[in-house]
Amino acid sequence: MAIEPVKIYAVWLREIKRFLNSKSRMVGSLAMPLLFLVALGGGFSSFLPAGSVPGGVSYSTYLLPGIVAMTILFTSIFSGVSIIWDREFGFLKEMLAAPTGRENIVFGRTLGGATTAIIQGLMILVIGLVITGAPLPSPLHMAGAFVFMSFLSCFLVAVGIAIASTLQEVETFQLVMNLIVMPLFFLSNALIPIEKMPGILKGVTTLNPITYAVDGLRDLMIGQGTLGLPLDFAVCLVGFIVALAVATYLFSKTAI
Amino acid sequence: MDAIVVDRLEKRFNGFTAVDKISFSVKKGELFGFLGPNGAGKSTTIYMLTTLLSPTSGSAKVNGFDVGTQADDVRKSIGIVFQDPTVDTRLSAYDNLDIHGMLYGMDGPSRKARIREVMELIELSDWQDKMVKTFSGGMRRRLEIARGLMHTPNILFLDEPTLGLDPQTRRHIWSYIEKLKRQGITIMLTTHYLEEADFLCDRVAIVDHGAIKVLDTPKRLKGMIGGNVVRVSSSEPQKLAEVVKRKGFADKPRMDETVVSFDVKDGGKALPKILEAAIGAGIEVESIELRVPSLEDVFIHYTGSSIRSEKGAGDMMMAMRRSRGY
Ligand SMILES: Nc1ncnc2c1ncn2[C@@H]1O[C@H](COP(=O)(O)OP(=O)(O)OP(=O)(O)O)[C@@H](O)[C@H]1O
Ligand SMILES: [Mg+2]
Repeated sequence: MAIEPVKIYAVWLREIKRFLNSKSRMVGSLAMPLLFLVALGGGFSSFLPAGSVPGGVSYSTYLLPGIVAMTILFTSIFSGVSIIWDREFGFLKEMLAAPTGRENIVFGRTLGGATTAIIQGLMILVIGLVITGAPLPSPLHMAGAFVFMSFLSCFLVAVGIAIASTLQEVETFQLVMNLIVMPLFFLSNALIPIEKMPGILKGVTTLNPITYAVDGLRDLMIGQGTLGLPLDFAVCLVGFIVALAVATYLFSKTAI
Repeated sequence: MDAIVVDRLEKRFNGFTAVDKISFSVKKGELFGFLGPNGAGKSTTIYMLTTLLSPTSGSAKVNGFDVGTQADDVRKSIGIVFQDPTVDTRLSAYDNLDIHGMLYGMDGPSRKARIREVMELIELSDWQDKMVKTFSGGMRRRLEIARGLMHTPNILFLDEPTLGLDPQTRRHIWSYIEKLKRQGITIMLTTHYLEEADFLCDRVAIVDHGAIKVLDTPKRLKGMIGGNVVRVSSSEPQKLAEVVKRKGFADKPRMDETVVSFDVKDGGKALPKILEAAIGAGIEVESIELRVPSLEDVFIHYTGSSIRSEKGAGDMMMAMRRSRGY
């Protein structure tokens, strides 16, 4: 295994260029999180009794970190799984035929997908702060949130690549989104505080790594974490390392 | 030293033999063709020679490097144009080439200079900043060729470079290939177009069912079959073949639907005899044609069937696949 930064950069650059060339797609991918934020945040704020969410913040403020995590979850996994489309439309062969190890393709792809996911996550964060009127986090907390988002998105792109390397069929793309991404989102604390959940849901939610991602972002952005930042960060970091190793292994085993 | 040396190369997919222990070598600067019908094993051979598939058995050296143990060296020294499109349609032509150059370890200034050169070669300089999704199928093919040449390889592999293109674009691509040949690059191309193999290649291997049936220059291949070919279209081809054979005018008639082809030494003398025999036997002759043997006749001679009758559908599928946007 030989790390070649230039080749990683080439694969990264392709992701970025494709992202910049399809701005309409980006608008589309921002629409859903914003809809969630406005409809759920606005709707439930007036409907929930005071004190429903911890820390005395409004529900829409409480929701914002969950929606940022959701944006990163959707765009990262989508980006990783898109390797299926590269296979279908041929560009994968161009990368596999190049004089470089497959690990460099996985790394470049992971960094590229993560970069685009972070950009979209930050856009939702900024727009969300304006919409919800949540207090602006301190620069240090913002930087912390950024680091957190970076690991989270790399983790999730790698998960997407691992899934794409296993399934390989274009037809399974929608299936992945419905059977993996949706449960990861809804079976987390993104919308509902973990303390308010019934027992079994609470158990499932605790096993979901997205819960720790949301909790970490909530801690850094609005100071309302309940699981502890070190644990939140450890889950994302370990998840990232494991997912990247698995993705690299599975991708290196795939045929042309 | 030869550019490509292949020794008993074999590929099996779950017991099915796609490439059956083939051996051949390609000289430096040669334009070598693989001519064969769908499923003959052309692409599978290309994949093995470009290190994308590992052989079941046998070995191959490309530019002196072993495809099994020196894959990286092989990859650096070859350019590939795959049968199926592989350019990124959501990038500009320039970015496709630029990223390719990076993947092959070229530095910035040499990438820039080389992009200008290859875009000029394929006459798409004005289009370099346009998104590839706005390109026609022929333009995309040309761009793929440019990309294959981007890192100045010693050998270029072209897997069916003109598949599904109109005759005019095909001529265009032929002219680029001829230009490259004059520059001294070694080219191995696959095709199922007989005219293409005949027109371009220094040597042609006719492949069928994973095996090389015959390998020689197009001229010598055609010379292997008698002096002329007489093709007779009639209502009773089978009967005609038998009659002519019985009279000893030609010994190996070949059937293709309603047409029988006879290999004869002197067509001018044989033609009236065959016609007379047909009329004598009461066979209605629709048309009769005398010509020098083409690669098609050679192909039928060695594989027992016409290459055309099996195609068509496959071409359509490819054209549809190509035109689908991404
Ligand atoms: N990955 C694979 N798994 C199983 N069989 C395969 C695989 N790839 C190719 N084959 C089979 O091997 C044979 C040779 O295929 P190949 O693609 O090399 O033919 P080809 O000469 O390139 O044909 P075409 O003109 O259609 O491109 C075919 O019968 C094909 O079905
Ligand atoms: Mg093929």
